[in-house]
Amino acid sequence: MADVAHAKASEAVDLHPSERPLRRFIVANRAALGSLSIFWLMLLAFFTANPVVFSNWGLYTAVMTTLPVTLFLVAPLVFVVTSGEIDLSFPAVMGLASLAFAVVVQAGYDPLLAMLAAIVFGTLLGFGVGALVVYGGLSSLVATLGMNFMLRGVILIVTNSKSIAMPDLVDSVAFKLFSGKVFGFPVQMFWAVLFVVFCAMLYNRHRFGAHVHVVGDNPDSANEMGINVNWTRVKVFGLMGLGAALAGVFSTMINFTWWPTSGDGYLLPVIASVFVGGTPPWGGIGTVIGGAIGAMTVSFIQTGVVGVGLSGFYVQFFYGLIIILSLLGHRWNQVRYR
Amino acid sequence: MTTPIIELRGITKSYGTIYALGGVNLHVNPGEVVGLLGDNGAGKSTLIKILAGVIKPTSGEILVNGSAASNWSPARSRAAGIETVYQDRALAVQQSIVRNIFMGRELAGPFGWLNMRKQIAEAERLMREIGFTSKVFSPHSIVGQLSGGERQGVAIARAILKQANLIVLDEPTTALSLTETAKVFHFVRQVRESGRSIVFIGHNIHHVFDIAERFVVIDRGRVAMEKTKAEVGSAHALIEFMEDVAKPHHAREIA
Ligand SMILES: Nc1ncnc2c1ncn2[C@@H]1O[C@H](COP(=O)(O)OP(=O)(O)OP(=O)(O)O)[C@@H](O)[C@H]1O
Ligand SMILES: [Mg+2]
Repeated sequence: MADVAHAKASEAVDLHPSERPLRRFIVANRAALGSLSIFWLMLLAFFTANPVVFSNWGLYTAVMTTLPVTLFLVAPLVFVVTSGEIDLSFPAVMGLASLAFAVVVQAGYDPLLAMLAAIVFGTLLGFGVGALVVYGGLSSLVATLGMNFMLRGVILIVTNSKSIAMPDLVDSVAFKLFSGKVFGFPVQMFWAVLFVVFCAMLYNRHRFGAHVHVVGDNPDSANEMGINVNWTRVKVFGLMGLGAALAGVFSTMINFTWWPTSGDGYLLPVIASVFVGGTPPWGGIGTVIGGAIGAMTVSFIQTGVVGVGLSGFYVQFFYGLIIILSLLGHRWNQVRYR
Repeated sequence: MTTPIIELRGITKSYGTIYALGGVNLHVNPGEVVGLLGDNGAGKSTLIKILAGVIKPTSGEILVNGSAASNWSPARSRAAGIETVYQDRALAVQQSIVRNIFMGRELAGPFGWLNMRKQIAEAERLMREIGFTSKVFSPHSIVGQLSGGERQGVAIARAILKQANLIVLDEPTTALSLTETAKVFHFVRQVRESGRSIVFIGHNIHHVFDIAERFVVIDRGRVAMEKTKAEVGSAHALIEFMEDVAKPHHAREIA
């Protein structure tokens, strides 16, 4: 009875525009939707330029073999940026964690165990970096830049800059589970999507995600409401370490080889993906799904430019062009409230 | 003697060489409304932030229900049932109304996954209860899009979400229109009738005199006066005292 009366009453009142379901969906996801439109526009441009090459499924599977590595890095970095920080140390953490993987595999243990070791090691490294930044009261931009150099240095010193080949990986259960192909579809894409979905849930529907948002938005207020601001920030870096470890393991399994430079090439594309995806640089808001779409966009640029028939020299130019265009695109729907 | 629900003893707070508070005692009894008065910069906000655990006092003791509290923090004070509406409102303006209301106290199920439905339903109920504007707001609205008074509504909603033992309001009506102010006073009376305590900070002495039962005047970090309503007598007497306090030190000492 009371419910019916209430329903009628709320019908009588005009719904606030932001309450209409479709409108609310669009407003809530406008950054991700914006990134998606940018992605489709780019794809459309490539397709019109060379329909033959871009009708070839092989081109897309090629992208989908390497895209997962980026996705494992992009999703946690959205948390870092939302919390008002930045992490430039993830390439070295990725390298160190995958070194742990390679060492354990080489020692003759099961690759599944090696994966676990890499994940634990990478996460701990992430927490370590976070603790240094947060409790040391350092600027995350500068401190993580320093950590990236230092940890990469450790890698070079420890391994004498020698790579580790693991040809036996092909026959392992771990490889079939995490790096094989199912019906011609790269299976690592499945795991990466699962990870992105998990991160998106964590970001939007978990207490941790809620804390990350308010800590990035107004740390004083978060503190006044009893949230442990410092610990929340440290945990965000821990999550970044976890993602870096996963990225390291997956990229090592793709190549059957660990390289001392492992992770190095990901720094700029991953950071670009986060911003192309619609997460603003000032903290407090962001989108994990948008970041994943941004990663798709960035991953397709190289393949696309070459596929269109342009020389590789154009790749960098188009990287820059797409980043700038998408930032301009996001500009009008990112309002910064103060 | 009733045991105060909270008691501050000999609280000092220094910022470098500046003493914001120089040995303040303050207690709040169950069901009591305390009016905290004083000039700009007297130390009122500093005092209530110490009460809320946001600022650590340089020295002094905090007692909850008669027993000394250690490691006093915002989380502890909230757990003890103390809710504060800060002067600067302390909202995360890029977030939705729901997220602000449940900040630090999210309704979560197993493993910390949020119970979004319940949070939204609760937020809607609270917003209706406060009724802070004629406009229909959704709990999803971003706080940055609200007016100053509407934001104050969100801050108050957050403070009454749980049945707090003590609600501290630091100049809650400064940005508000007459009707909004009336709503806040109506709300304060409701809280008082439900037997909970309030610390009310305000510069409108008529308002504070109306609402409070006991008055504490802070002057340059010290308690200059502490009297019950009966002892003070009238708002006029309180105003006269405040004017006297406002005179520079030497003038008062000579007089
Ligand atoms: N972080 C700080 N660093 C240095 N001094 C501070 C700090 N915070 C407050 N103070 C000083 O402490 C004193 C008390 O400030 P407080 O905000 O408690 O005053 P108030 O009584 O709330 O005043 P108002 O009525 O204007 O809100 C002021 O002189 C202020 O300058
Ligand atoms: Mg104040």
